[in-house]
Amino acid sequence: MARVLDQPRYSCALGSMNTIQSIPGAIPILHAGPGCAAKLSAFAGSSGKFSPLLFPCSSVSEREVVFGGADKLRSTIDNALKVIDAQLFVVLTGCTSELIGDDIGEVVSGFRKNGSPVVYANTPGFKGNNLEGHGWALKAIFDQYLPEIKQSEKRKGLINIFASAPQADPYWHGNLRELERLVASLGLTPNTIFGYGRGIPSLKNVPYAEFNLLVSPWVGLEAAEFLSEKYQTPLLHYPVLPIGAFESTKFLKAVGEFAKLDPSLVTKVTDEFENEYYYFIERYADLFLEMRILSKRFVVIGDAQYALAFTKFLVNDIGMFPTTQYVTDRTPEQYQEKIRNEFESLNYGIKADVQFLTDGYDIHNRIKEADFNGFPLIIGASWDKSLANELRGNFVNLASPIIEKVIINSSVAGYHGGLKILEEIYSAGLSRLIL
Amino acid sequence: MKINLNTSAVPTRENRLGSITGYSGTIGDLMEKVECGSLRNSDRCFSQSSLCLSGCAMGLLGSIRDVALVWHAPAGCQSFTNVLGDQLARNINQTFDTKCVGTDLSEADTVFGAIDSVRALIYRAFEQYHPNAIFVASSCVAGVIGEDVDSIVDEISEELGIPVASVHCEGFKSRIWASGFDIADHAVLQHIVKPPKEKRRVVNFKNFFESERKQITELFARLDVTPQLLYSNSTVEELSHLSESLATVCICGTLGTYIGNGLEELYGVPYVRTINPMGMAGFEAWYREIAKLVDREEAAEEVLREEREKYLPQILELKKEIEGHTAVIGMGPGYTYEVARVLQELGIKVVHAAAWHLDHQYDNGKLPPALDYLNKTSSSNITLSVADQQNFEIVNILNRYKPDLYFSRHPGTTVWAIKQGVTSVFVADEYLIFGYKGTLNFAKTIRDNLVNRSFEKNLAARVKLPYTDWWYSQQSNALFEQKLEEEEKPETKESETNEAQAEKALEPVEI
Repeated sequence: MARVLDQPRYSCALGSMNTIQSIPGAIPILHAGPGCAAKLSAFAGSSGKFSPLLFPCSSVSEREVVFGGADKLRSTIDNALKVIDAQLFVVLTGCTSELIGDDIGEVVSGFRKNGSPVVYANTPGFKGNNLEGHGWALKAIFDQYLPEIKQSEKRKGLINIFASAPQADPYWHGNLRELERLVASLGLTPNTIFGYGRGIPSLKNVPYAEFNLLVSPWVGLEAAEFLSEKYQTPLLHYPVLPIGAFESTKFLKAVGEFAKLDPSLVTKVTDEFENEYYYFIERYADLFLEMRILSKRFVVIGDAQYALAFTKFLVNDIGMFPTTQYVTDRTPEQYQEKIRNEFESLNYGIKADVQFLTDGYDIHNRIKEADFNGFPLIIGASWDKSLANELRGNFVNLASPIIEKVIINSSVAGYHGGLKILEEIYSAGLSRLIL
Repeated sequence: MKINLNTSAVPTRENRLGSITGYSGTIGDLMEKVECGSLRNSDRCFSQSSLCLSGCAMGLLGSIRDVALVWHAPAGCQSFTNVLGDQLARNINQTFDTKCVGTDLSEADTVFGAIDSVRALIYRAFEQYHPNAIFVASSCVAGVIGEDVDSIVDEISEELGIPVASVHCEGFKSRIWASGFDIADHAVLQHIVKPPKEKRRVVNFKNFFESERKQITELFARLDVTPQLLYSNSTVEELSHLSESLATVCICGTLGTYIGNGLEELYGVPYVRTINPMGMAGFEAWYREIAKLVDREEAAEEVLREEREKYLPQILELKKEIEGHTAVIGMGPGYTYEVARVLQELGIKVVHAAAWHLDHQYDNGKLPPALDYLNKTSSSNITLSVADQQNFEIVNILNRYKPDLYFSRHPGTTVWAIKQGVTSVFVADEYLIFGYKGTLNFAKTIRDNLVNRSFEKNLAARVKLPYTDWWYSQQSNALFEQKLEEEEKPETKESETNEAQAEKALEPVEI
């Protein structure tokens, strides 16, 4: 069946440039058209030390389409090494350079032989979306940049954490730090490579970890499995981003068990977190229970990560009820069943129906038919605001694209993330007041 | 120019106008080369990301109300949320139902083709969204695998009874993203504009986001004409009458050349080719020319007198506070030379003007008026570059001249000057410098930016620049291909001359 992309909620594999940019010290080199970076740039928060405007780009033109682009790529890399102050250069291919059949590996290996820190990944837009591209770019770095080590050099308690694709997920930075805090609360040492204070030194620590933790339904799984195999490091693949007390405690217990920690020690930690969390919940419980303009039924339209995480939180923590949920990230088929199973294992035997769709028009029509038994709660992307208006629903913009909100360093993960989501949901209700 | 409405393809600016994207020198040198036909493009052996023509083409067409865009492209090309149209429509109490869908090209599509998907999407868009026209954008992938969109759109157009246009957006075709403006104009001329039935007292005004719609409507009312602003907030019906207008004007020469010259060539609608209405001289020349074409010259003089009386004293007062400062400009060529002129009117010394590309002629075969004007009013040693929005060249230029001010108008370009401690003014809105009122606002903006430099000072003190010291020690054109060939030879006298000229440019320039 022909694909239909109506209301795009993802971009293309070359969007993995945002993953590379989020590793301080690394910069992508695009073997692609001149306009790709501008189109794939995140809405906000992309002017770091490097911005998409700075990404070296072979700017494939008609000349390269006819005569090949290897020479252009070579001179782009060669000069990027001289002009740009970076420690790692990741060549990413776009559609045109792949279609004309340039031998990127050959060009890049020439630089590597000279000791230049250059690696490459095949990320043409037609091959997959930005979430798949994120994994391919990471895998390329693990494969080509990280050295072999001896098993005896592994460091006890050092845990690599990977979660969502940076920038594709607007809350990536805050969430990752929150996951670090949770893991560290168990006495383990988290190692992440993205964002402030991380980067190349953290990347170099990756091979030495005692185990790898991937918190994501499917994004980055292929890369995490590759990494685990390369260094024979056990992988804990935890598919649910923990939000709120119920899921966060479950998460910490899973991590504790995997790391073979004393369960009573883990319980001590989770008890403390829960006590604090329920101090706030207790104070606001009457608001949650008595809000008249919010039904108990909700829909999430988002990537697999958030569709699943919000559903778990709202059902298992807050006692709300799911209608059909919509996963819009074009989850590869091989992962869909496992994700479906997660939607079907909710408290009290509640099962959420889940649909994997990319056609926003179709999704909106289905939601219009759903029975919300009152004013619906719609958690989605900016595309869904008009739908919420039409249905007189409460709209919370927590899924990409988010174009009406600036997210600098806030987080929706963990115990605190649960409180943050509650703020968002009930503010959405209250902000409908006309003052 | 000969516009060929029998084909959907538009020659790129490189091929049609001989436009270039790489040059470095002085205005004197540039004009000499243009006159004797020896201007050559300098290719780069290194470039950073910039823009492609598809965003320009589909951005314009997607701002027309109640049409559908169909992208025959991978998902990344379609990163187009189109929320602006909605906001602009609300300003005039209208709705905006333009929709955008795409084929989300896959790997299998690159092997087997996906023209059936395009066909299916066109029908689907028609049935679901009831658009008044459908624009089908091709992409790099569609171009390389040879998808023949043209052959299906005519047939479907007839069947559906609305214009369905093939819009050639293969990004690799041109280094000049402004070619996308021409592609959009061509689609409109080919599929929407109809031959005139009657003349109407309307002036076509091509702009971007019409923030001064009210002021323009009032200014035009004084000349007894109505503006037809395009393309934001225009409808297919309105556009079909463009041939019946008395004249076409534009806010930016780069933006307007194709439609302006096209309407003149095809339907005899005069295209106003003065310098643009930026600043005082530009506004007067432009408004007078429109008045002449619509036969209301006396009324125009009255308006200009009022404007002068109202704003000139305030402008002159502010000028005292900002004159004598130095500036570097980095913009599209439709703005660079215009802004340079306005800065000179305000007593600011332009030490370097970079344009992203250079049309040394527009579609009438003549030099862009603003460049011509700047050449006549400036010293010949003012340094110019054609910089293709290459950030590394701009920061190098800023480091060299260390100006008080940097003026840019492309998203993401401002911050790099700030990081080097240079106060930056983002001339985002195309009307920021429109007429006397705009000139006053512009002067205020400059003054405020010059007075409070806290943000740039704080940020510059804390960031590490993204470029190597090696790069800052080079000349900005060091990575032009020709330049590298020269390097093989011993130091030539010519580069010394350039050096000396650049030094001279730092001295106050009589204007």
